[in-house]
Amino acid sequence: MTAGQDEPIFDLAIVGAGPAGMAAAALAGEIGLSTVVLDEQPSPGGQIYRNVEHAGGVPLPGASREKGAALAAAFRATALDYRPGTGVWHIETHPGEPCRLWLLRDARVGQVRARRVLLATGATERPVPVPGWTLPGVLTVGALQILLKSAGMVPAGPVVLVGNGPLLYLTAVQLAAADTRVAAVLETGAKADLRAALRHLPGFVASGTWRAGLALLREFRALGLPVVRDVSEVTIEGGDRASGVRYRTADGQSGTVPAEVVALHEGVIPASSLARAIGCDLVWDAGQATFRPEIDTWGQSSVAAVQIVGDSAGIAGAEAAPLAGRIAVLEAARAVGRLTEAERDRRAAPFGRALSSLLRGRPFIDRLYPPRLARSPLADPVVVCRCEEVTAGAVRAALASGASGPNQIKAFLRCGMGPCQGRFCAPTVTRLIAEARGVPEAEVGSFRLRPPVKPIPLAAFAAAMEEDAP
Amino acid sequence: MFRRRAQSDPGLPPVSIRFEGRTIAATGGETLAAALLAAGEEVFRASPVSGAPRGPFCLMGACFECLVEIDGMPGQQACMTIVRDGMDIRRDRIVEGEE
Amino acid sequence: MVGGGLVGLAVAYGLARRGRSVLVLDEGDEARPASVGNFGLVWTQSKGLGLPAYSAWTARSARLWTDFAATLAAETGIDVRYRQVGGLHLCLNEAEVEARTRFVAQMQSQMVTAGVRVEMLDRAQTRDLAPAISNAVVGASWSPLDGDANPLFLMRSLIEAGQTQGMRRRTRQRVAAIRPGDAGYELELHDGTRLSAARVVLAAGLGNAVLAASLGKSFPVRPERGQILVTRRMPRFLGLPTSLVRQTDEGSVLLGDSKEDVGFDYGTTPEIGARIAARSIASFPVLRTATVVRSWGALRVMSPDGFPIYQTWPDLPGLWALACHSGVTLAAAHAGPLADAIDGGAAPAEISQFTTGRFDVPSARAV
Repeated sequence: MTAGQDEPIFDLAIVGAGPAGMAAAALAGEIGLSTVVLDEQPSPGGQIYRNVEHAGGVPLPGASREKGAALAAAFRATALDYRPGTGVWHIETHPGEPCRLWLLRDARVGQVRARRVLLATGATERPVPVPGWTLPGVLTVGALQILLKSAGMVPAGPVVLVGNGPLLYLTAVQLAAADTRVAAVLETGAKADLRAALRHLPGFVASGTWRAGLALLREFRALGLPVVRDVSEVTIEGGDRASGVRYRTADGQSGTVPAEVVALHEGVIPASSLARAIGCDLVWDAGQATFRPEIDTWGQSSVAAVQIVGDSAGIAGAEAAPLAGRIAVLEAARAVGRLTEAERDRRAAPFGRALSSLLRGRPFIDRLYPPRLARSPLADPVVVCRCEEVTAGAVRAALASGASGPNQIKAFLRCGMGPCQGRFCAPTVTRLIAEARGVPEAEVGSFRLRPPVKPIPLAAFAAAMEEDAP
Repeated sequence: MFRRRAQSDPGLPPVSIRFEGRTIAATGGETLAAALLAAGEEVFRASPVSGAPRGPFCLMGACFECLVEIDGMPGQQACMTIVRDGMDIRRDRIVEGEE
Repeated sequence: MVGGGLVGLAVAYGLARRGRSVLVLDEGDEARPASVGNFGLVWTQSKGLGLPAYSAWTARSARLWTDFAATLAAETGIDVRYRQVGGLHLCLNEAEVEARTRFVAQMQSQMVTAGVRVEMLDRAQTRDLAPAISNAVVGASWSPLDGDANPLFLMRSLIEAGQTQGMRRRTRQRVAAIRPGDAGYELELHDGTRLSAARVVLAAGLGNAVLAASLGKSFPVRPERGQILVTRRMPRFLGLPTSLVRQTDEGSVLLGDSKEDVGFDYGTTPEIGARIAARSIASFPVLRTATVVRSWGALRVMSPDGFPIYQTWPDLPGLWALACHSGVTLAAAHAGPLADAIDGGAAPAEISQFTTGRFDVPSARAV
């Protein structure tokens, strides 16, 4: 780990090469910031534009293969230090000193130093804990998207899609086109959602994304797939693997649909592990029912050298992310003395206008497709922490015996101590505590995270003393 | 459980891997998780608590459900690993209390 | 009881068992108690060089631990996984063996007085106890009195057992001020709540310095950073704790400079973790396949010489201030004889030496 001390100190380290990271990097290169881009994936694109340089279309509202390919092309054309297949598992930030980013690449630990850090780590699926969600054959809709985009794979047998939102419709359309039998689309939601959303319709219309959204919805409806609306309870059945889904609707209808693959999706939430481990302040976003890092209009977090952009700072989608990335880079350039404040403001203005127009469309989507199953009452036997198999009942019992908050739940139950490090249980634990204490989730907070934010081989850690950085 | 929509890109080299002793034909450049799912494997590991079967869930490196043992090294994410010719893969199984 | 970490909870539980009405004020989830970053050793073999009373106190607690754990299990149903299976301090070369042998010899008389048996083992003897050691392990020191427990389960069981005995606990509470009052002490909490108590025990870890200062007293504790790495669960390879590597009952492995032992100086740079990792693998080759899922830099509560402080002041009757960095090892003594003393019983002989008075003369050196 003496390695890295002799390396140059970059002006900017960008973590993530999705739409926000790619756009930020291209602009950073243009401005002349020495930039390193660290990304876990083998090629640029992030999850939304995964494998965009080679494969499939992404006709989601606000995202298209063309837009993704253009971002990737501009990114590739920029002179910068791009390190694919590289995970960042810790960032040391000390005021007045360059940040030190700890890396893992090909099972080897290394580090880079940079004066500024831009986190563009995207989103992860919101966990939807339902009975049976740990069975093989149950995946996220995002997982189906990844198989489709990167491997051209679709489920062989009947699929049931559970949840709501544009990605659910898109996936149904794509699966139908690939001759996969969609046995049912179980739409979670309530009639009140549309009413709640309508208030935000003008903003949505003004944002311009409505055209693509409506087209997708029409395409989905035209397929005539078996759709059950207002689903309020779901149980995934099966012994050693998923065999079907039992459901109930808000008005009391119920049924069972056999399936080989069950895919869950109630939207995405910011992938904020790194930001949290660094100590960036979080705020509760009531509209999106999630914690997100607190940032200003420049993406500046509460940690001086760290900015956060794109979905990792709050879900705004693939069209907003590049704008936020560019705006943040302009501020980073000012912070390292490359741009004056006036230049920054002048260059950021058009991005800012485009971004605020897009953001006006977001509340409509958030209200129309709120998490339902992910926020509905949890029965005691449901597994909350998949890694350590901690149930809702165990969490409640620990609360009853005096656990004071998320971190004591973790200490008492190992809940969130497995390899996913709480990514798929943290929101549920916060919710269960809020319910038990009768306080808002904002007041409960979430797990304190410690590095490494991703598991790293002990041998790599040990070898870091002798080896060069990746 | 999954099928490939089309023949894989002829430009990508075929690779051969083994899963629990069974030889599986895969395509260079794809992830190990995709290769195993395409070969009909859906149980990648046993939960370390109850031993219950688990398989891929998020496929984007966040859930750690697709952990396998690769060439003797346990705890590897199949969804974040690109297949290499000759890889020897086993289910990741560490169950509480087992020696 | 100001402070709801392992020290505060053990004493509070002990007082509740003695029929006292006890309220624990716990910062709770917002606190970073050293208790949660604990390595989990119940350790005697190298405690107390320079202060024989500490050897005796530690050994006394270790001997109380079996009954203590059994009582907690009976009261709460929680098995805190205490094992008195002996403990090893591994030496990776002849120089380390020599140094350790010298150290053990130096400690010999006070260890004998304390009733602690410490032996140097050669490689074969060490391997009999820990078959997974590498050939790099040349020898070890061993004490049969040593063992380990799960600090997180200990914390939970102390809370539950204390509550069973009538102990009350308020979480998310910080004490803003303490003042002597008409009948004891007045405490003001950060939310403005006022409480009064006949007796007050300060067990707020590093916070004790500030609380004591508000009463015009000096309480010299400082933070010392240690680092612990935790692996994903692994198949069982180690049946007894070592001062560097400890496999818990659920299979995960703790690696770290436990500070429960006089051992190796890993320094305080961010590279500590790498050194711990390298030494752990050198000791147990099976750790080559381990994956680190968590690490933490625990802030230990250190007095100037590293030994505990159990302080009272003549002009502040009924007030105690406690600090130590061995909250697991000493839990049984804290719930037993220390609670007795705080309850007004005779103070155990050992603890009379654990006052700040010893810092007035330049003598004891931290070990």
